[in-house]
Amino acid sequence: MAEPSASGAEVIKIEEARSPGRCQARTSDGKRCRNRADTTGYCTTHHPAEPSEPTALEMVLQDVLAFMRRRATGDYHVDDFGFDKDLTESVLLPALRPLFKNYWRIDQTGVSSIPETGPALFVCNHSGTLPLDALMVKVGVFEERRRHIRLLAADLALSLPIVGELARKGGSTLACEEDAMRLLDGGEAVAVFPEGFKGIGKPFRERYRLQRFGRGGFVEVALRAQVPIIPVAIVGAEEIFPMIANLKPLARLFGFPYFPVTPTFPFLGPLGMIPLPSKWVIEYGEPISTADFGSDGSIDPMLVFNLTDQVRDTIQQMLYRNLIGRRNAFF
Amino acid sequence: MAKQRVLITGVSRFLGGRLAQRLESDPEIEGIIGVDTDEPTIDLQRTEFVRADIRNPLIIKVLKAGEIDTLVHASVVATPAGAGGRSNMKEINVIGTLQLLAAAQKHEGLKKVVMKSSTAIYGSEPTDPAIFTEEMAPRSQPRTGYAKDAVEVENYARGFGRRRPDVTLTILRFANFIGPLIDTPLTRYFQLPVMPTPFGFDPRMQFLHEDDAIEALYSAVRDTHPGTFNVSGDGVLYLSQAIRLAGKVPMPILLPFANVVAAAVRRTGLVDFSPEQIRFLLYGRVGDVARLKEVFGFTPQHTTREAFEDFVATRRLARIFTSEQAEQWEQDVYRFLSRRPAWAGSI
Repeated sequence: MAEPSASGAEVIKIEEARSPGRCQARTSDGKRCRNRADTTGYCTTHHPAEPSEPTALEMVLQDVLAFMRRRATGDYHVDDFGFDKDLTESVLLPALRPLFKNYWRIDQTGVSSIPETGPALFVCNHSGTLPLDALMVKVGVFEERRRHIRLLAADLALSLPIVGELARKGGSTLACEEDAMRLLDGGEAVAVFPEGFKGIGKPFRERYRLQRFGRGGFVEVALRAQVPIIPVAIVGAEEIFPMIANLKPLARLFGFPYFPVTPTFPFLGPLGMIPLPSKWVIEYGEPISTADFGSDGSIDPMLVFNLTDQVRDTIQQMLYRNLIGRRNAFF
Repeated sequence: MAKQRVLITGVSRFLGGRLAQRLESDPEIEGIIGVDTDEPTIDLQRTEFVRADIRNPLIIKVLKAGEIDTLVHASVVATPAGAGGRSNMKEINVIGTLQLLAAAQKHEGLKKVVMKSSTAIYGSEPTDPAIFTEEMAPRSQPRTGYAKDAVEVENYARGFGRRRPDVTLTILRFANFIGPLIDTPLTRYFQLPVMPTPFGFDPRMQFLHEDDAIEALYSAVRDTHPGTFNVSGDGVLYLSQAIRLAGKVPMPILLPFANVVAAAVRRTGLVDFSPEQIRFLLYGRVGDVARLKEVFGFTPQHTTREAFEDFVATRRLARIFTSEQAEQWEQDVYRFLSRRPAWAGSI
């Protein structure tokens, strides 16, 4: 094979002197190549393979192989909550992105409200029978700011096989004061859905009507942690599984908060689990500062109550505004 | 504190014995008395061994005659197999602690009590916060097995603390021990050739290196650290990640069959899987170690991951492949797939 003569530095010099401008390589029978060399000292045939720039495809291949190697050997880090950044960025978010971009064609407005860094509590409306809107907020914030918003989830979700595991690895944790405080103290962006099951499990005729915002626990947390509240209105998720009826006995049997009947589920079986391709808008409202109230604010029930109402009204107004602005649920 | 005289229960078990060894090397420790029902298996130089059951009223005589000022209660056992059945285990753990603390209360010279407890008292439930601080209690108290014992043992200890406010009471809630020598259900689990895991679940685990556990106990004996502390290495590992680090093969089991498989494994005598350990393999458990670092002033030498890697390295676990092999394969596959065909060279 083409190999530069490596028998010693002196020898090369003499041979080079004897045949200037000749290729340095040796041919397959061991004789010196007599072709004219270019500036590299080799002829075009014996040009050593240069490490060429990897193509885009090769870079993807490198990433995929490196990811597989890291997963196979356990060479990745998870935080104490179980957030697996490597898996989230390499698998979970790329899997959700087509839903965000192509299926529901989500437009985001008011993204200047999303802070680049530092703690913030995102308060969102909740709808759609399955909590896919929460996942879309996660994708949306990552698309805009490259930061991972930490979703606060129901204990039911965390107790389910596969779902619970992926929720934890994606950065979700239990919707409780302790976990929310710890995340905010660590400077994370946290998303909470105060309507909970009352929100995602409401019948279709009540769409875009906000349910009770729990007992305002999220406001207490925001006051204690002194972080801004960012109201978020999600329009479009109500139409993905329009819930016509709720089969309560079946729900009780399975231990679920509701058992939905939609135009396609359960009549079409697993096919009915495919969400409808509605057109979504996610609006991020102006941050509501809590710093003025001091951390004692959290023990003032009246203040907590008023702030809860204020956040709820803000989101309701944002929902109405966006509903008026849209032509049709699907375009 | 001046010269100390220490009594260690459970001196024939791993932690008790190693703690005695550690204290022997300290000239400030004047006397060490080890109490257990079996002879210690490790080499102890100046530790006096008393073969006694802590449920025996004789223990008060040992405390007084030995002029003990520091009591380390390390004989709470975590596995029924290690104690000869569950009812015997409960007897040793709960009744033993009750009797021991009753005797300790009568001993005026006592200045310090160190209790070995466990983060198992937090249980493993999806309805609980992801990270437990020492003040938190699980929404539902553990009702079975070792976790229940640990809760009761801690309650007795706190009761003792109220009745004897002059005694410094330190409760150490240890995470899962791991290391080159210690033998626990979890270390045995990781030594199985094929590891049954619950399908669709991946618990977060914390590990404490055995050397760090000894150091924490030693520090609690030597210095004054009143209070309750979670003791664990920093960080967490998922079970799946630990299995990969160990180069093992997981065998996911559907949850309805988990108990059957656990019973089968138990019958082989390889691993003693109790129901609460299956719960642990579903939801895991993490304790906050901020108080240990800031108030107790002790940071374990090994993180959770380092402790586990030390365990893997020293036990020479049978791996299916090494990380070097994986790196080699990565490069080989890349070179194979990215090799451009000859005709493409001119493009």
